[in-house]
Amino acid sequence: MSKTTGEYLITREKNIYEVVIGLEIHAQVLSNSKLFSSSSTKFGAEPNTQVSLVDAAFPGMLPVINEYCIKQAVKTGIGLKAKINNKSVFDRKNYFYADLPQGYQISQYKHPIVGEGTVILDMSYGQREIGIERLHLEQDAGKSIHDLDPQSTFVDLNRSGVALMEIVSKPDLRSLDEVNAYVKKIRSIMRYLETCDGNMQEGSLRADVNVSVRKKHTEKLGTRCEIKNVNSIKFMQMAIDYEANRQVDLIEDGKKIDQETRLFDTKKNETRSMRSKEDAHDYRYFPDPDLLPLEIKNDFIEKIKSEIPELPDEKKKRFIDKFNLSPYEANILVSDKETSEYFEKVIKNSDVKLATNWITGELFALLNEKDLGITQSPISAENLSKLINLIKNGTISGKIAKTVFELMANGDLDPQKVVEEKGLKQESDPKALESLIDKVIAENPDKVKEYKSGKEKLFGFFVGQAMKVSDGKANPKLVNDILKKKL
Amino acid sequence: MTIDLKTVKHISKLARISLDDEKAKKLADDLNSIFEFIEKLKKLNTDKIEPLTSIAETTLKLRKDEVKSKNIRDQILKNSPNENKDFFVVPKVVE
Amino acid sequence: MSDITSQNLTELIKNIKDKKISSEEVTKSFVEKAEKARTLNCYITEDFDSAIMKAKKFDSKPNFNCKLPGIPIAVKDLFCTDGLKTTAGSKILNNFIPTYESTVTQNLWNEGGILLGKLNCDEFAMGSSNETSFFGNVQSPIDKNLVPGGSSGGSASALASNLTPVTIGTDTGGSIRQPASFTGTVGLKPTYGSCSRYGIVAFASSLDQAGPMAKNVKDCALLHEVMSSYDLKDSTSIDFKRNNYSELLTNNIKGKKIGIPKEYSADGMPKEIEDLWIKGIEYIKECGAEVIDISLPHTSYALPAYYIVAPAEASSNLARYDGVKYGFRSEGENLIDMYERTRSEGFGNEVKRRIMIGTYVLSSGYYDAYYLKAQKVRQLIKNDFDEAYKKVDAILTPSTPSSAFKIGEKTNDPVSMYLNDIFTVPVNLAGLPGISIPAGLDKKGYPLGLQIIGKAFDEQTLLNIAYAMEEKINFKNNIKEWWIK
Repeated sequence: MSKTTGEYLITREKNIYEVVIGLEIHAQVLSNSKLFSSSSTKFGAEPNTQVSLVDAAFPGMLPVINEYCIKQAVKTGIGLKAKINNKSVFDRKNYFYADLPQGYQISQYKHPIVGEGTVILDMSYGQREIGIERLHLEQDAGKSIHDLDPQSTFVDLNRSGVALMEIVSKPDLRSLDEVNAYVKKIRSIMRYLETCDGNMQEGSLRADVNVSVRKKHTEKLGTRCEIKNVNSIKFMQMAIDYEANRQVDLIEDGKKIDQETRLFDTKKNETRSMRSKEDAHDYRYFPDPDLLPLEIKNDFIEKIKSEIPELPDEKKKRFIDKFNLSPYEANILVSDKETSEYFEKVIKNSDVKLATNWITGELFALLNEKDLGITQSPISAENLSKLINLIKNGTISGKIAKTVFELMANGDLDPQKVVEEKGLKQESDPKALESLIDKVIAENPDKVKEYKSGKEKLFGFFVGQAMKVSDGKANPKLVNDILKKKL
Repeated sequence: MTIDLKTVKHISKLARISLDDEKAKKLADDLNSIFEFIEKLKKLNTDKIEPLTSIAETTLKLRKDEVKSKNIRDQILKNSPNENKDFFVVPKVVE
Repeated sequence: MSDITSQNLTELIKNIKDKKISSEEVTKSFVEKAEKARTLNCYITEDFDSAIMKAKKFDSKPNFNCKLPGIPIAVKDLFCTDGLKTTAGSKILNNFIPTYESTVTQNLWNEGGILLGKLNCDEFAMGSSNETSFFGNVQSPIDKNLVPGGSSGGSASALASNLTPVTIGTDTGGSIRQPASFTGTVGLKPTYGSCSRYGIVAFASSLDQAGPMAKNVKDCALLHEVMSSYDLKDSTSIDFKRNNYSELLTNNIKGKKIGIPKEYSADGMPKEIEDLWIKGIEYIKECGAEVIDISLPHTSYALPAYYIVAPAEASSNLARYDGVKYGFRSEGENLIDMYERTRSEGFGNEVKRRIMIGTYVLSSGYYDAYYLKAQKVRQLIKNDFDEAYKKVDAILTPSTPSSAFKIGEKTNDPVSMYLNDIFTVPVNLAGLPGISIPAGLDKKGYPLGLQIIGKAFDEQTLLNIAYAMEEKINFKNNIKEWWIK
């Protein structure tokens, strides 16, 4: 794949194919209760303990919509720069499955709550604008557990009825890197808005991937296949790669591609046809007669707009404009809401450049090593800020600061205290340094001679000696200045 | 328009109702006579009409996002055909 | 005092409040009557011991401030009753015991009512003769081997036979009004959204309405008062001003304008029905109301539209009966096999027919031509009524195109069965309230009913007109209790 142009192409003897990808992301809405019932949505509960009569589709049970879920969908739509529809309709999507107690899913078909929007991706080769087709609300299904018993499938309905936002992209993605960036961006926007926690391990973010291929420079889209329920970015990439190659092989063999639904087998790393969904094309959508059309007034939308926090794109622009960060640096700092919050806390009282370097450098390395997220950082933003100030005001050198940093990580220690206790203060008194340097010079007469006769590289030797004698505490800049004078 | 045996079998699959050939044929006959009677609607011009969406001029009632339902697992599983206190149990699903 | 079971609701309440009779006596009387009438097959589930216990409890600490103090009531087996089997007349719910109560029945118990048991009905409310129930046909008290009508056949039969002082049914295309007409009783289908659908086994969500069935209009009005409420658990429930209908009931309908729709006079309409209608018009005039000819041009499209919309919604509502969570299950080799066996064994023929129609009209390629079209026709029908209601306050029509027919007479011809609903169906499609009152007998001596259709949410005017007409008609049901040897 080309890094400069982002092209992801599949080459065969005579033909070059490009891959066209669209994603349908299913994001669980952050809310206390489910979309149409008042059961809890908490993850990890004992099976069937968060199931109401409505969720289990008992006779005579009826749906009542959760106001907050509507807000969350509208918020997300605003974050996707999308059109919020004043009128939308809930439809029944009819099919039979063990984890679908009603025998239909309440979803939205022709009139979704959110219409077209865009998402901007920052790729190494420039910005890419990915179109959003729509966002709609729908019920999540329960869970079918196939491996507890050889003859039976066990069904847990805790998840049945939890609100999902389905975000459908236009078929604008062209590479595995773009898929990665797209999912991360959507996830980031929703985490900023607190409309979805984006936790792929817990299943709060999943995707169906639509893949088709076409010969390079053709306009017409090829037949697409849908790969359902992929729950990690890595698997998405593997699935797309396998599927695209499968389709290309078929075309090269002169065969037709059947439009079908497939699964990604994570053990065999291949996609295969889903038998149970064969007849399920005909969902017989019709407006749910237990619900009325949903009307969203403009002032409701405006009110939500006014409550939206600064989103990654805006924040990035502000960081670049106001703080002079590079786009690359800004990107790293805004990609995660918590990181940007940490950064902004640090720079409240300390130097931006240093903060940027220390966060993206030392802090990230520490977090990676300990496998922690920034919210679990062993060093708080306040203390990191203090450390940076100690560097800036010359109390310690940058090198010593690294030592202090490591010590601070054991219990989020105050850097001032660490410096004092360990006596790490930088030596910046010119008189002290002068006498120190005089000593070094006096102790190395032949080196002095060599230097004076032209071996300029030996300058570093004297600096090194001065640092050694001072236990690294000598102010490097002053050492340099004084040495220059004396030599 | 006539509904043939093939269509009846397809619809019965969608509806998850099994039919043997004899039952399917009878059903096809019944459906055809019913559809003859329904076909009358085709004569009516409804081009400029909006479908009826609700009887009264009301909007969808919104519920506050509060957890009101408790753990009623016993009640939920009480009527299920299997004696399992945690799950609903069905014959294996082949995917 | 006359035989307790022949007293109407208003009389019973008065006698209980005046302490002339106890709830226990009343309940035991109805129980005894029911035990002697098992031939009629009105009951699917009797709850007699429990009812008597509740009656005793009421008597020990009576509350005379409620509207149905200690009154025993049997209800259609479509209402979920907590702890008591609820079958919807189907094998697929043959063993289902709800752990919850429907809002409408809870309203009855909150006002002092006592549950006698669950009454037979057409399976999943699909039928017009109570011949599709898994639990067997219901016989009409009017004559042996006569259908009571449907789908609330068990309710109408029990009511007319005095096995219950009043009852409640559901009406999707005429299932309260048609059996009321066939049995010489009063049945009201309220405005859509008036009674909560929570806890009622759903048939066609945009058409279903629970309603009161009684021996006279005043009882009907009182029962409706208790049943009708705004329910947050039902998103289609409507918040409007609900009267104490029985208190405000009056026979003064002077100056009210009653519409006579010419389209209801179909070709081949039996002369007896035509005559009944004409008589009804005369009575209305005698009450001081004005009669105006109106037109409801799209009437003939109502029945076809109904037989698209109702089965479509039903096919989806009945998808939950899959043997997984509750109800009957027929084991299968795999999940799909289990579904198919369960549903083909668990559902009767009429239900299967309607599920098939419904599935078909929603299926890919047919949705626009059928379901969408039918919903548009519905709008046209509603527009017809809206237009008419600019000129009139209510509309008078016959309830049914004939009196009750013999058991088995129409079971081979589904379309001829569907035609029973020709006058009642437009009312459900438009969401309006409609009441059937007994208005006469045909030459066989079988009851015939007249239907009054009202404006949305104006049950009071509807009940008043029915009340005034009832007085003029002075109908006496001619039941000879043929089932008692």
